[in-house]
Amino acid sequence: MIEAGLKNELQKQGVYVTSLQELYNWGRANSVWPLTFGLACCAIEMMAASMARFDLARFGAEVFRPSPRQADLMIVAGTVTKKMAPLVVRLYNQMPEPKYVIAMGACAISGGPFKQGYNVLKGVDRYIPVDVAIPGCPPRPEALLHAIMTLQEKILNQKLTGPDRPRHLKAEVEGAYPVPVYGRHDLEPPNNPALWQPPAIKR
Amino acid sequence: MNTPSQQFEVKPKLDESGSPIGELLEISMGPHHPSTHGVFRMDVVLDGETVVKLKPVFGYLHRNHEKIGENISYLASMPYTDRLDYLCSMTNNWAYALTVEKLAGLAVPERAEYIRVIMAELTRLQNHTCLIGFFVQDMGALGTPMMYAFREREKILDLFESVSGARMMCNYMRFGGVRVDVSDEWLAETKKVVGDYGKFLDEFETFLTENEILLARTQFVGVMPKELAISASITGPMLRAAGVNYDLRKVDKYGIYSRFDFKVPVGEHGDIYDRYMVRVLEMRESIKILTRALADIPAGPVMDPKAKLRGFRPKAGEVYGRVEGPKGELGFYLISDGSPNPYRYRVRPPSFINLTILEDMCLGHKISDAVVILGSVDIVLGEVDR
Repeated sequence: MIEAGLKNELQKQGVYVTSLQELYNWGRANSVWPLTFGLACCAIEMMAASMARFDLARFGAEVFRPSPRQADLMIVAGTVTKKMAPLVVRLYNQMPEPKYVIAMGACAISGGPFKQGYNVLKGVDRYIPVDVAIPGCPPRPEALLHAIMTLQEKILNQKLTGPDRPRHLKAEVEGAYPVPVYGRHDLEPPNNPALWQPPAIKR
Repeated sequence: MNTPSQQFEVKPKLDESGSPIGELLEISMGPHHPSTHGVFRMDVVLDGETVVKLKPVFGYLHRNHEKIGENISYLASMPYTDRLDYLCSMTNNWAYALTVEKLAGLAVPERAEYIRVIMAELTRLQNHTCLIGFFVQDMGALGTPMMYAFREREKILDLFESVSGARMMCNYMRFGGVRVDVSDEWLAETKKVVGDYGKFLDEFETFLTENEILLARTQFVGVMPKELAISASITGPMLRAAGVNYDLRKVDKYGIYSRFDFKVPVGEHGDIYDRYMVRVLEMRESIKILTRALADIPAGPVMDPKAKLRGFRPKAGEVYGRVEGPKGELGFYLISDGSPNPYRYRVRPPSFINLTILEDMCLGHKISDAVVILGSVDIVLGEVDR
């Protein structure tokens, strides 16, 4: 690792030194392509964020890809119902690594105002790993921009080697998550035990 | 003479027994598809590229709106109505408030009626603008019309935000009035936005109305005959494009719409182009109503002093209230048993009922036209699945 002082000194002389990890992360962080994946109300704010006033293109994230094969980022924008949850997981599995998830809005985080409904999944993090969560119902487009910036920060600081390297660089970790099926009463399994466990009740 | 049906009706080739010749291809479009406006699935059977069968599949956004509404108080349902048709929360609020006011016998002060009309017409403007952006995008005009549409929408959303605190989910109307009064500065700002809207529409129309591609893709495509529209209880711009002069603002004269002088644009052929044109003309009429309402708005209270929001218990009975939303007749049906919660809470969603004849409009057209036909129906899945 090159130390910061030397790096600054060299930059003044017009010599730019970087590591492969930084270069790789810099490229990835500035071209996060989201999946065109609108579920409900938040999708309209997601579209507004990519339109004239808010202009998601400033962050290199305006290229909404209709196909999961070309996308890096899944913005879960809206209520995930039990009928839709298997498809969300399947789409996530179809995205190539490295991939990230933003849970946009109260519904994607926890079920939000519709939590008491019989058909609403109480948080998309029960099935897929969420990197950034944006509160709000719906969050403003500025909040989505902030989430993209938070995600960029996360990507920039990812180490490519060592024990805390990201999941896609660990050969022993499964790439795809099990897709839930709609059983007799509910989704089976009700959550992905590797990702989310119901909180233990202490009496 | 080339009547639309003679010129454009394409039927799959049939053998003696009446089944199509050649191999049929069944495609499941959606629920993750960029042109389905949310999570909506169409099971399409294709003969080559021609649609021979289309089955809409709903329910991917069923979030128990009606069941939740039966378990919470009347007032607590108001924010949920925002999330029905999330592009036009103000008209949803109005429909629900109107229904409960009918049930409880509440009066609405003069100023609140004017504010409601202003909000509803602003909602109509932004809904129609966005819709045209969306469905032109479905035809392949990626980006540009949407950019213009959303630029104008943001101006209206700013107005909503400054008065209600939220851009989309306004939760602004209450039983017997509106939540907060609007200021004089807000009215001046609205006048400015409304005054400029006509210019924007001129610009929008210069690009679109006589555009060769738009004409080729929309004229005589997805024709809905008048009789079918009436028998399938289609409402809103879809019905008027088919040539039926039916607008609840004229029929019911709810609120204070009888005071305004406006025309109801009516189409002739019932194709997509007529639906586009009816919406553009409706926006121009909305501007007229808005200009008049902004000039006439009186001073005074915005809430009925008799209205009691907390501990609200209407007398037992049942009621159906409806307004002309931007998508059609939006109705609420409530049964009260005298308790704080409604016994039955039912929404009559315009986009769901308008969607029921999707197959009739798509049969015989190409698969790429089915996408545009779906876009012209103007659906919002929050309302379709509830």
